[in-house]
Amino acid sequence: MEFLINLVLLLFLSAVTIAIIGVRNLFAVVVLGGAYSFLMATLLIAMDAVDVGMTEAAVGAGVSTVLLLSALHLTKTDEAPGRHSNVLPMALSVLTGLALVYGTWDLPRYGDADTPMNTYVGAEYLERSIDETTVPNVVTSVLASYRGYDTLGETAVIFTAGIGVLMLLKGRRRRKDEDGEDEGRS
Amino acid sequence: MEGLNELAFVLGGVNHWITVFLIMAGLYIIVSRSNMIKKLVGLSIFQTSVYLLYVSPGKIIGGTAPIISTDFAVYSNPLPHVLILTAIVVGVATLALGLALVVRINEAYGSIEEDEVYGDGDWN
Amino acid sequence: MRGHLILRVVSKLLIPFLLLFALYVQFHGDYGPGGGFQAGVIVAAAFVLYALIFGLRATQKVIPPALLEVAVPLGVLIYAGVGVVTWGLGGNFLDYGMLDSHDPSHGQHLGILLVEAGVLLTVSSTMLLIFYTFAGRGR
Repeated sequence: MEFLINLVLLLFLSAVTIAIIGVRNLFAVVVLGGAYSFLMATLLIAMDAVDVGMTEAAVGAGVSTVLLLSALHLTKTDEAPGRHSNVLPMALSVLTGLALVYGTWDLPRYGDADTPMNTYVGAEYLERSIDETTVPNVVTSVLASYRGYDTLGETAVIFTAGIGVLMLLKGRRRRKDEDGEDEGRS
Repeated sequence: MEGLNELAFVLGGVNHWITVFLIMAGLYIIVSRSNMIKKLVGLSIFQTSVYLLYVSPGKIIGGTAPIISTDFAVYSNPLPHVLILTAIVVGVATLALGLALVVRINEAYGSIEEDEVYGDGDWN
Repeated sequence: MRGHLILRVVSKLLIPFLLLFALYVQFHGDYGPGGGFQAGVIVAAAFVLYALIFGLRATQKVIPPALLEVAVPLGVLIYAGVGVVTWGLGGNFLDYGMLDSHDPSHGQHLGILLVEAGVLLTVSSTMLLIFYTFAGRGR
């Protein structure tokens, strides 16, 4: 049953991806991107990653979509028809894909409990979390305590990205038809 | 019995292969499209496929979400969840930064098509 | 946005519950799915919804951008500050066990709560600030 749910969601995900490649209207692309994020969130929850699924639904389908739409509002909503042939990019991605599929041959199958990844550090966190932090949600305790340095770094990255956006976009907009003297503080 | 094993092998691999397909699709969009917003959407697809790549090996069949309770004994691996959780939020922050750059490029050049911004260059 | 009566009434009804849900996600994050990242994004989404319906200017009266510009670094400071406090108490950086002298595991719990509060502050204010900047650019 778990396999079946997974398979259906994965096929939906591929279908949406193919649609994103084909559609030229950027507005439609952004809306399809929202659908993609919701499917991905459902898939993550089906894989027991409830925290990640929740974040993906809120961030991918919510905030990302809003940001992309506001950027579209400031730019254009249609993609120009391509000028170059698509053969080279297609060959590149197919080559990369073949190399990766070759790599998956050695990977453990989906759902296996006896892989190195699932038997050492992950299992250790599950055993120790309650005793050492009294927090039942192991994702929270690993995020904030065992790997607190990582999260501090991530918070700093978000802060930096926010500052970067402010530096790029705050201040008055410089229009093309204005003269060079009136540059504003952009 | 033989057939059943093969079926399990194919089903077990499907997750990896569709992840690879999403990586290919993301890469293809980034390389082939000249529209910068489309490129950023392709980058997001690339990024979400990596979430799949991390989370799916951590899933244990018959396990449940890693929230300790007396009712359950088998839990999926929490570590990939933590790594991807932070990656998602950092991903949206970097997407915003990219979009800000695109908006500025549009104001400076009047276009978000890479071909037009670079001009009719000699590269193909 | 004049007109759109249904949108305005429904969003006014929804926003308090969105904020309440964000607080639930934040403080119940130790026992169920949730935490600072998710709650932060939900808080930001609630105010983005308000801005979409009632306009950017009305939203900036509720939360001025200057406040957000203070809140963004403040969250990082709270996070790093917890680390410095544990340093001062004789432990390693971000070693929350020091926060409670009787039982290190309670100290850990307290530390996780404080750190998540810092994350909530930074994530929510950054997301909202980015939205303000993009939306304010168009005029």
